[in-house]
Amino acid sequence: MAQGISTAATGGRVALDKLGVILAVLVAAGAFLLPFATFRANRIVLGEPRSLLEALAPAEAWALLALVVAGGGVALLRMPIRVKLAASVGVLCALLVAVGRAGTFLTPEGNTFARVSPGSGFWLLLFAFALMMADALSRLALSPGKRLAGLAVAAAILGAILVSGLWNDLSILKEYANRSGAFWREAGTHVLLAFGSLALATASGVPIGIALTRAPGLRGPVLNVLNIVQTIPSIALFGLLIAPMAWIAANVPGASAIGIAGIGAAPALVALYAYSLLPVVSNTVVGLDGVPRQTVDAATGMGMTDRQRLAQVELPLAFPVILTGIRIVLVQNIGLATIAALIGGGGLGVFVFQGIGQTAMDLVLLGAVPTVVLAVAAAIVLDALVEMSERPGVREAHA
Amino acid sequence: MIEIDAVTKVYGTQTVVDAVSMTVPSGTIAVIVGTSGSGKTTLMRTINRLVEPTSGAVRIDGEDNRALPAYELRRRIGYAIQGHGLFPHRTVAQNIATVPGLLGWDQKRIANRVDELLDLFQLDPAAFRERMPHELSGGQQQRIGVARALAAEPNILLMDEPYGALDPIIRAKAQEDLLAIQARFGTTIVLVTHDMEEAIRLGHRIAVMDAGKLLQYSKPADIIAKPATPFVKELIGAPERPFRLLSLVRVADLAEPGEAAGAPLDAGLSARDAYAELLWSGREAAPVARDGAIVGRVRLQGLAKQAARPS
Ligand SMILES: Nc1ncnc2c1ncn2[C@@H]1O[C@H](COP(=O)(O)OP(=O)(O)O)[C@@H](O)[C@H]1O
Ligand SMILES: [Mg+2]
Repeated sequence: MAQGISTAATGGRVALDKLGVILAVLVAAGAFLLPFATFRANRIVLGEPRSLLEALAPAEAWALLALVVAGGGVALLRMPIRVKLAASVGVLCALLVAVGRAGTFLTPEGNTFARVSPGSGFWLLLFAFALMMADALSRLALSPGKRLAGLAVAAAILGAILVSGLWNDLSILKEYANRSGAFWREAGTHVLLAFGSLALATASGVPIGIALTRAPGLRGPVLNVLNIVQTIPSIALFGLLIAPMAWIAANVPGASAIGIAGIGAAPALVALYAYSLLPVVSNTVVGLDGVPRQTVDAATGMGMTDRQRLAQVELPLAFPVILTGIRIVLVQNIGLATIAALIGGGGLGVFVFQGIGQTAMDLVLLGAVPTVVLAVAAAIVLDALVEMSERPGVREAHA
Repeated sequence: MIEIDAVTKVYGTQTVVDAVSMTVPSGTIAVIVGTSGSGKTTLMRTINRLVEPTSGAVRIDGEDNRALPAYELRRRIGYAIQGHGLFPHRTVAQNIATVPGLLGWDQKRIANRVDELLDLFQLDPAAFRERMPHELSGGQQQRIGVARALAAEPNILLMDEPYGALDPIIRAKAQEDLLAIQARFGTTIVLVTHDMEEAIRLGHRIAVMDAGKLLQYSKPADIIAKPATPFVKELIGAPERPFRLLSLVRVADLAEPGEAAGAPLDAGLSARDAYAELLWSGREAAPVARDGAIVGRVRLQGLAKQAARPS
């Protein structure tokens, strides 16, 4: 890698890629300065760093190093975007395979206490090449369909690695193996919290947004209140809800029977719902406001009733903007749902907070990594849907 | 027949339409003309109740237009606006099918009507049916806008500056088409414009508005010859008056027996265009041809007489 820089610099004629310079520095640090893996005799003792060359069998280590250096070189130099994409995807796959191999290589035969986890060098390399891939993808401006296909391929690769057992010697999967039942239960809760609050927010936020465009006097006050809710720190909001929810559970007949309590999933759902409302409501308002005035006038003038106009003209034209609000909410809620664990609401945050309590970073990762993967996947899927729902010509008509 | 009876519209403290009364006979074109902000659009929108008057009434064929629910009234009245207002998310066919759809026509009848209208506006149905509005030129969009307004065969058509966004050549063609369609179906048309030229070309009657008041409502020749107020005179443009008068007459109406040299003029040509042609070719007279046969001649002198102020 260092070689790559000097060649390019002394050569003078080789054009450098701006982002590539930063990537190359990250790659150099990840490959040479930081540990590729961390070895611990058991799950809570302090880890010992293992460099890339120590973490793998020599042949594999040198092969990976060569690949990483070559990938860094591709990042550094100006090259066709497709080459950059291929290089970044290739190195990413190699890294994912290698980290599993490192787990197997570093774990002593038959030892079930030892823990091998990805080191900071691995994460930095992963980050650098993911960034390179994201940059290449955004510059290629792929169609939504192709992006969804790409996501499916990535999911398939990840699934194949998991099923193959390649990562079974990594600490995070050992943590998983010890609590796979709990993992899927909490993952289910997590998804339920994120999507449930989204469904509630959509079902109520879109009608509220429609009402605000029909009653402009309410618009300012309602949006202000929702704005204030957004600014309450999430932990505070979760806490604030404990008292009223407990009161409801105690005083409203049947409330506790359907699961309402001061702590648990119910207040978590309510808090996530409260956060979700502003993006959905305000995007509905903005979307409806953006429908060209002439289009609305024509619809009314031709004899559509209010309801027909809303259903046939205004909502279809506002749909991409509303969907953008839904995208914001979903990605936000997948992340925020982690905090639900603090008030006993469950979700993947359970592992994060347990892990912090036990200073077991592997357990933290078991909660955090799926959350991040889920959020990224949701963002990609919804971005694609938003783009597919946008109609050419509609935006010019807005102008 | 549309009777506008002492219609007033007040917004806040501003009287936007001030006690306007006018009658548009069935099968004629009334053009409302005036400067921007004079209340033309507001007046026109009281007809299909997009604006409810503060006082006064609008009757259609003798019946108060409030007798029906507003949406039912509007489905019977064609409505075309500047910039066409096409639904950007619907195809050309779906746009045209809007009102027939609202009226519950069956699919086959709707499809036939769409094709019929596309033909009428010289757009090949097979090529245009499935296009989206943004895939059309400005002139095509405008034609689809009018086709959509006519889809359910309304007796009345309201048009608010329908040609405002078109270039002069396309606009002239669209105006010709409108006159042809009106003559063929006998539609009663109320058209709003700020362009006196357009008003004279299209209107059987012209309503001149200023600051909410109807200043004059007369045939074009009377508006030109006897403007009711200095404002009307100014709107016509004093130096333009002779030529505006000429533009009201066709060569056929002025043809006299006799011979003349040079290329013949078409009988359908306006006297104004004939006058320009004679001046340009340096002739005193020209033969007049109808369907290729010479039917007489027009003389510069005869045309000039037409341009003089009627006594
Ligand atoms: N809905 C409304 N509320 C308040 N004022 C209006 C409204 N519609 C029109 N006006 C005012 O009425 C006047 C006439 O408007 P309009 O009928 O659109 O004029 P024109 O079509 O002749 O340009 C303008 O001053 C306009 O600002
Ligand atoms: Mg107007």
